[in-house]
Amino acid sequence: MNDYEPVIGLEVHTQLATESKLFCSCSTKFGADANRNTCPVCLGWPGALPVLNSKALEYSIRVGLALGCEVTDRLKFDRKNYFYPDLPKAYQISQYDMPVNKGGYIEVESKGSGEKRRIEITRAHLEEDAGKLLHEGVVGGSLVDYNRAGIPLLEIVSEPDIRSPEEAYEYLVTLKAILQYLEVSDCNMEEGSLRCDANISVRKRGETKLGTKAEIKNLNSFKMVQKALQYEIERQINSLENHESVVQETRLWNDEKGQTFPMRSKEDAHDYRYFPEPDLVPFTISRSRVEEIRKTLPELPGQRVERFTQDFGLSRYDAHVLVQDKTLAHYYESCVQAKANAKLASNWIQSELLALLRTRKLDIRDCPVKAKDLAGLIRLIEEGTISGKIAKEILPEMFESGKSAEEIVEKKGLVQVSDPKLIEEVAERVLQANPKSVENFKAGKKQALGFLVGQIMKETQGKANPKLANEILEKKLGH
Amino acid sequence: MAENTANQNLFQLTLREARDLIKKEGSEALLKSLNARIESVNPKINAVVRFDPAKYNPGKGSGPLANVPISFKDNICIHGRETTCASKILAGHVPPYDATVVDKLKRAGAHIYAQCNMDEFAFGSSCETSTYGPTRNPWNTEYVPGGSSGGSAAAVASDMAIAALGSDTGGSIRQPAALCGVVGLKPTYGRVSRYGLIAFGSSFDQIGPLTKTVEDSALLLNVLAGHDERDSTSLEQPVPDYTESLGRDVKGMRIGLPKEYFDAEGIDPEVEKSVRAGADLLKKKGAELVTVSLPHTEYAVAVYYIVAVAEASSNLGRFDGVQYGARTKAQDLKTMYLETRDAGFGEEAKRRILLGTFVLSAGYYDAYYLQGQKVRTLVREDFEAAFKEVDLLLGPTSPTAAFKIGEKAQDPLAMYLSDILTIPANLSGIPAISIPCGLTSRGLPIGLQLMAAPFDEAKIFTAAYALEQEIGMYKQRPKL
Repeated sequence: MNDYEPVIGLEVHTQLATESKLFCSCSTKFGADANRNTCPVCLGWPGALPVLNSKALEYSIRVGLALGCEVTDRLKFDRKNYFYPDLPKAYQISQYDMPVNKGGYIEVESKGSGEKRRIEITRAHLEEDAGKLLHEGVVGGSLVDYNRAGIPLLEIVSEPDIRSPEEAYEYLVTLKAILQYLEVSDCNMEEGSLRCDANISVRKRGETKLGTKAEIKNLNSFKMVQKALQYEIERQINSLENHESVVQETRLWNDEKGQTFPMRSKEDAHDYRYFPEPDLVPFTISRSRVEEIRKTLPELPGQRVERFTQDFGLSRYDAHVLVQDKTLAHYYESCVQAKANAKLASNWIQSELLALLRTRKLDIRDCPVKAKDLAGLIRLIEEGTISGKIAKEILPEMFESGKSAEEIVEKKGLVQVSDPKLIEEVAERVLQANPKSVENFKAGKKQALGFLVGQIMKETQGKANPKLANEILEKKLGH
Repeated sequence: MAENTANQNLFQLTLREARDLIKKEGSEALLKSLNARIESVNPKINAVVRFDPAKYNPGKGSGPLANVPISFKDNICIHGRETTCASKILAGHVPPYDATVVDKLKRAGAHIYAQCNMDEFAFGSSCETSTYGPTRNPWNTEYVPGGSSGGSAAAVASDMAIAALGSDTGGSIRQPAALCGVVGLKPTYGRVSRYGLIAFGSSFDQIGPLTKTVEDSALLLNVLAGHDERDSTSLEQPVPDYTESLGRDVKGMRIGLPKEYFDAEGIDPEVEKSVRAGADLLKKKGAELVTVSLPHTEYAVAVYYIVAVAEASSNLGRFDGVQYGARTKAQDLKTMYLETRDAGFGEEAKRRILLGTFVLSAGYYDAYYLQGQKVRTLVREDFEAAFKEVDLLLGPTSPTAAFKIGEKAQDPLAMYLSDILTIPANLSGIPAISIPCGLTSRGLPIGLQLMAAPFDEAKIFTAAYALEQEIGMYKQRPKL
């Protein structure tokens, strides 16, 4: 197995989050009744003509600049001709030899290890989406929903620079973060606003020639991409080991079976007969317009990781987790701005908050606990008003009620007991009630101390300051 | 121009005359006359394919063309009316929107009147490939009216239309105008919106008027011209009042006679003589005649039949039986596609789709399409050079007058060559007009073509109007 090296390239279609479609003014809203968001232009009715949505171009350029691409100075579209019922004009308006963005790269860092690998981007071009065929529940035919037809897509094609399924996963996570930071795409895979096809081949290590590749489709999540690539690597290596050749083909990932299967073979190789789209005259993109757009670029995830590690003293790993999702990163920063300890905030968000969101199937965007309220909770811990244990009990309540930590603490009387006198009293009772543990401790069993501290916490309903309880017990036990 | 409308049949009115009459008396009498004219003449000519006076009454239009009936080539979408490009594959197709030109005419108050025959999908120069059967030339019904806007030209020539719109991809307005003895203008590419024109060759197609007089042509262009935000290829150029260029002096105008347009093989001597006589009339009025050369003219037809059919093959892909028009039911998708398109398209359409598909195919693209585009640039440069020297170019519209029905139907190449003098203007996007300049010994009209630099339609109108007044052909009508 280790004698082989996988060679992977990814094609990502991202839906640009414009209000209207690429060549008409129809809405791009997801979930409308079938064929509601259509007009003669996106239905390709005879005589209708496309007009470019300048917002879609602006978004494309934003992506190009963020990926370090060379933005074309002449925008040209081409027709890609083929017959399929979801393609109303029998051609897709796309870009062939002059994509809006050429070159560029994404830096992929494996699990915040600090080891960066540069994955080159071949191109990112603008094109229109097709409609969607509906077969289910249809007798004697199929139906077509053209709501999606004409929605702007940016197809981002990587060089075959990726060397493992994990790296493919990281590439996608990084790319998605960049697109979200740029506010050019919702990147919602369920709604189809981010789609990925993978090209993969294997070769003996040290070999420089590329092996025969397969293209894998039907990858509906990043995890699926990773799993499918893992499967495909093993399948291709097995073929080669058994002296069978890998066939160049398109394969579909079947997630239930955990396997890829050859797609129903197309009759013959497609010849798309690309030629320049005569309905859209090529035009010049001025350098000043590109520079204007460059000025509006936000801080990108990579830059933010650096800042979080430097300014907040976070580990690269933690910074990565927080930065991957723009809203999460923003939430974190708001917490810190509200005077929460930067490291505590990072820990609390990554462990407690995200876990709560997960069990409630909520996105950070819909988090009922405001960043300033989480900061309030963290401040209470830092100040010693409540223990971490109590805080863990309070957070779910904040989730449910939307109240601040202070309110809950006050109402329930959960303020930490840091009065040594009070703790001493409880300690006395605990020592008397547990002579066996006292004996054990004196006999050298240090863990007995933990048990006794636990008993104090129990007696105080968790309110005793654990540090103080520890100290008092040790003193009383003559340590 | 006939000044006394009381003594003539109202259907004979020009657009300007009709407009003036309607302003005073309303359109009722004119429409009655025109309807009756169609009823009596159309069975002989077959120029009008759809016309329903009961259903489409004139509105109470107001504006510069209030209630003036205008007819349309059957490839211009009219909201709510069947529009088929004279093809079986679009039988029953009713556009849900108006073409921009229809919209503009409605805003100008015009009455959206009849729909006219054409070569299927505008593929042809004889109006013989229509699913509705051939249109006949009003001057001699044994002869073709030219094409592809043959129905529009014949309707105007036979007084079944006051004026009509056509579309010109390789001469489809000018050549039938020449063969039917009417005025046909192809505006500059980008002058008139193509939105709602069912595309043939998108980088060539242009809508324009077919009229009885040059004045009518200018009146219509006033309404049709202008940028349309729905058509990215329409240009933001100011629209002058074109009627102001009528009656201007041609003195001092430099008129170029391209030698290739007179020397070309297949030019009928009668045509050449008549067109030269037209040029001499301009000279008499003070214009200066110079011989110029457009050296790449001989490649124009070849280039056109590569680039235009390439675009056509792609434009016609959408006629696949999925959304609209005719569908042949079949067990599977591929068979449905094949049988629908086999049954729906006529011979010439299939020929051009095949040709276009071939020239775009992998391995042939560079040799044909790309090479074609390069030569297209050379043709354009010919014109650019010429218009540095002259204001207008003058030559025949078509090498011959009308030919007989069936004469070239089996010989596509001979048919294609009849467009040799009109195609160059489409390749380069310049405006050009055809006006009648005489009759052959057989009594068939001859067309004279004037071409100008992009957006110089006004110059064309000045010279065309001067010539028209000298020649007086507009007073002659075919006997029907």
